Amino acid sequence: MAERVSSRRKSNSGSRYMDYSLLFIVLFLLGFGLVMVYSTSSYEANLDFGDSAFYFKKQLGATILGIVVMLIVANIPYHFWERFAVIGYAVSAFLILLIIPFGYEANGAKRWLRIAGISLQPAEVAKLCMILFLASMICSMGKRIRHRKGFYTVLAVPVPIALMLWKITSNMSSAIIVMGIAILMLFVACPEYKRFILLGLVALAGAALIVFVIVKMAESGTDSLNFRGARILAWLDPEAYASGKGFQTLQALYAIGSGGILGKGLGASMQKLGFLPEAQNDMIFSIICEELGLFGGIAVILMFLLLIWRFMVIANNAPDLFGALLVVGVLGHIAIQVILNIAVVTNTIPNTGISLPFISYGGTSVLFLMIEIGLVLSVAKGIHLKDL
Amino acid sequence: MKEKEYLHKTYHRNKTVTIMFACLFVFMGLIGRLVYLMVFQSEYYTQKAKELHERERSIKAARGRIIDANGEILADNKTVCTISVIHNQIEDAEEVITVLSKELGLTEEYVRKRVEKYSSIEKIKSNVEKTVGDRIRSYELEGVKVDEDYKRYYPYGSLASKVLGFTGGDNQGIIGLEVIYEEYLSGEAGTILTVTDAKGVEVSEAGEERVEPVDGKDLYISLDRNIQSYATQLAEQTMETKQADSVSILVMNPQNGEILAMVNIPEFDLNNPYTLPDTVAEEGLSEEKKQELLNAMWRNGCINDTYEPGSTFKIITAAAGLEEGVVSTEDNFSCPGFIMVGDRRIRCHKTTGHGAENFVQATMNSCNPVFVTVGLRLGVDNYYKYFKQFGLLDKTGIDLPGEAGTIMHKKENIGEVELATISFGQSFQITPIQLAVTVSSIINGGRRVTPHFGVRVANADGSESKSFAYPVKENILSEETSQTMRYILEQVVENGGGKNGYVEGYRVGGKTATSQTLPRGSGKYIASFLGFAPADNPQVLAIAIINNPKGMYYGGQIAAPVVRQLFENILPYLEKMDYNKA
Repeated sequence: MAERVSSRRKSNSGSRYMDYSLLFIVLFLLGFGLVMVYSTSSYEANLDFGDSAFYFKKQLGATILGIVVMLIVANIPYHFWERFAVIGYAVSAFLILLIIPFGYEANGAKRWLRIAGISLQPAEVAKLCMILFLASMICSMGKRIRHRKGFYTVLAVPVPIALMLWKITSNMSSAIIVMGIAILMLFVACPEYKRFILLGLVALAGAALIVFVIVKMAESGTDSLNFRGARILAWLDPEAYASGKGFQTLQALYAIGSGGILGKGLGASMQKLGFLPEAQNDMIFSIICEELGLFGGIAVILMFLLLIWRFMVIANNAPDLFGALLVVGVLGHIAIQVILNIAVVTNTIPNTGISLPFISYGGTSVLFLMIEIGLVLSVAKGIHLKDL
Repeated sequence: MKEKEYLHKTYHRNKTVTIMFACLFVFMGLIGRLVYLMVFQSEYYTQKAKELHERERSIKAARGRIIDANGEILADNKTVCTISVIHNQIEDAEEVITVLSKELGLTEEYVRKRVEKYSSIEKIKSNVEKTVGDRIRSYELEGVKVDEDYKRYYPYGSLASKVLGFTGGDNQGIIGLEVIYEEYLSGEAGTILTVTDAKGVEVSEAGEERVEPVDGKDLYISLDRNIQSYATQLAEQTMETKQADSVSILVMNPQNGEILAMVNIPEFDLNNPYTLPDTVAEEGLSEEKKQELLNAMWRNGCINDTYEPGSTFKIITAAAGLEEGVVSTEDNFSCPGFIMVGDRRIRCHKTTGHGAENFVQATMNSCNPVFVTVGLRLGVDNYYKYFKQFGLLDKTGIDLPGEAGTIMHKKENIGEVELATISFGQSFQITPIQLAVTVSSIINGGRRVTPHFGVRVANADGSESKSFAYPVKENILSEETSQTMRYILEQVVENGGGKNGYVEGYRVGGKTATSQTLPRGSGKYIASFLGFAPADNPQVLAIAIINNPKGMYYGGQIAAPVVRQLFENILPYLEKMDYNKA
């Protein structure tokens, strides 16, 4: 035993692990995202700002900043952040509350804060802080997590943040992501399966019931359907709501469908010429499909799959549970967001505003994702090659 | 080591792997969804997207011309321009405003408002002369679009206005031949498909798809511009001198139904069909009232209106009587100036009576009692039979829209009195064209022809010519009776009431009529004369109808001279045109 420990020490000083595969995948996605942001936004940017690279330049700035921040975070041992777990939770709650007096509206939703000229989405902060807080909390709970009380405690932690995100910023997708991250982390931390299967079934049944009730209400001609009710009806039949709630979805479907197997060629999208709202943002995947075809679409999905595979490898080889949980949290965040985004643009689920990680336009999103990647790389650095 | 042991609890790893596989599973599902959308639904969405992106602009097809018997163009197309501006292509707005307001004769504010309006394309003026359009084009102003277009143009203005008809804003026929031959004249519009962005701005790289228009076919008609304009002059003169409400002249070939002229004075200007005559004060007219007046102005009296034919209808009674054998040319009658039918006393126009006369003389005298006698001899059944056999109950089938039908008693309602009045052309109504066609068939040997203008259609270069065939109903009358009728009607002109229709050097047959319009006693009359030549082999038949003349109103006095003058001019002309030799 002693011998083994000493050999570990040896390797500790020498071959620390840097996950270049992960780094490469992330950089590839970022580069591809920049190309697509330029492609999707240049026409509109030229009309609106007289500069076809307007969005591209802003995104490029955020990306460079993100890479720098990622490299810094990657070189800080991840346990350093554990002490900020509680503060982080409080700060994210505080930032969301700040939206009420200071938030500003864009695209019809009040989701941004402007601090020193930089606009910031508290939702992105909240996702990162939730990963950190839960990882720290689960570690400190130790075996107590196996008990019912521990289980429900962990489950209850993200609820206030999720509710605030939903009600204050009317950002249901971010609320879902925060809850999703928590559940995935809990899933990994608990040896249990039964409760999660039950939880999944309940969620599924609940969703089905909501859809059923809304459809029935629509059939009986009740006008009291709110914003989200109409979204669900538009999801079921976008062409019947072509000028209203189904508009964006339908335009996305036109883009995807008209791409065909090989696509129209990079830059050749028609739908980005003002037809598809948010083409460079939430709907960027549909333009990728239109320009690069089914092959381009599948290639992007495979890149994300590779990314998730790398996360899994790192999580399973992390030096301790805290590191593993951090990686699982990041994995959960990115996986859920990718799945929801692609499901939305293909009209597999009802429309909800959600961006495609690393590719969609959006500075805060890229910056915080890069912090998360930095954390994962930092965890990866803790892996001793011998352990692999 | 204890901590490490805890860390490497296998369930943590298993669970992470589970998540990985769950993600794989969901991603596979999404890929499946993508395959469905992009392979199986691709065609549907591609089509939908195409419809959304493409803007269709139509290219008008040149409408076919209308060409008369001599090859003169009666309806033509003129190239006009539409001037529009495209807001975000304009570079020098001030210059555009100055040039357009100067060249188009518009006020500067008017042009400025349109130039400064933010829209994808804004029309400044349409129907601009081509020379002006070319001049504007020569300025090469950015953002100014000059589109060429066709506009219908009628070189002779009001000539045969109610026959030719005119076209509307989309170059579609509104009335007259323009409507009836729409399918040949209109051609097929072409399209330019351009790809545009969501604001409607053309995407230049995408290019355009063009479907060339198919021009309409030219319509060749039997109408002869020379005869039509001479008849128009005559009718206008008559209208002037007699201060009539309207004058109609119809000239046709009784052998085949081709119409050579159809004049309805007052005509209207085909190039300004929506301008009411100067006599009408347009101010304060409601839209409805104005439309009513326009419809009245466009009405073709020869086919749209019915009237009581009066004595010209005696031709039909005579033909029926002769055919049935109830009367012959030698039959002798005596006219005391009236005839008793039942308890009704029907007067002759000559109240003192014509005295002893044979049937030919009675026709020359246009003697009512004799024709009443013939009618009564025929009886209701026979009279009705011939009425029907001659085609009087049906429409003539002329190739103009809105032909009016005959207004006739029902057979079971015809008593002796009704029969008597029908015999000399009263108590029922027919159109002038109906009378002309029926008499044509009586004098041409018994062939009921279909009156028509359209002879053939062909492409502008003469290719793909298609001649029209019109139905002819044979044997509505025996050749023998037809010959007798020609003889009797020639006598009417030679020696009888139609002597004012006599043309020196020609054998002319005819019949006069003077009918009182309803209600009786209004003092309004319709004077008419029907003539044909040559009497032994009719090649041309003309009717002149003078509606409500002032002063002298007898057909023999005022309508017969009109036809005579017409014949004096057109018979030599038609001989030259080979019409007489057929």
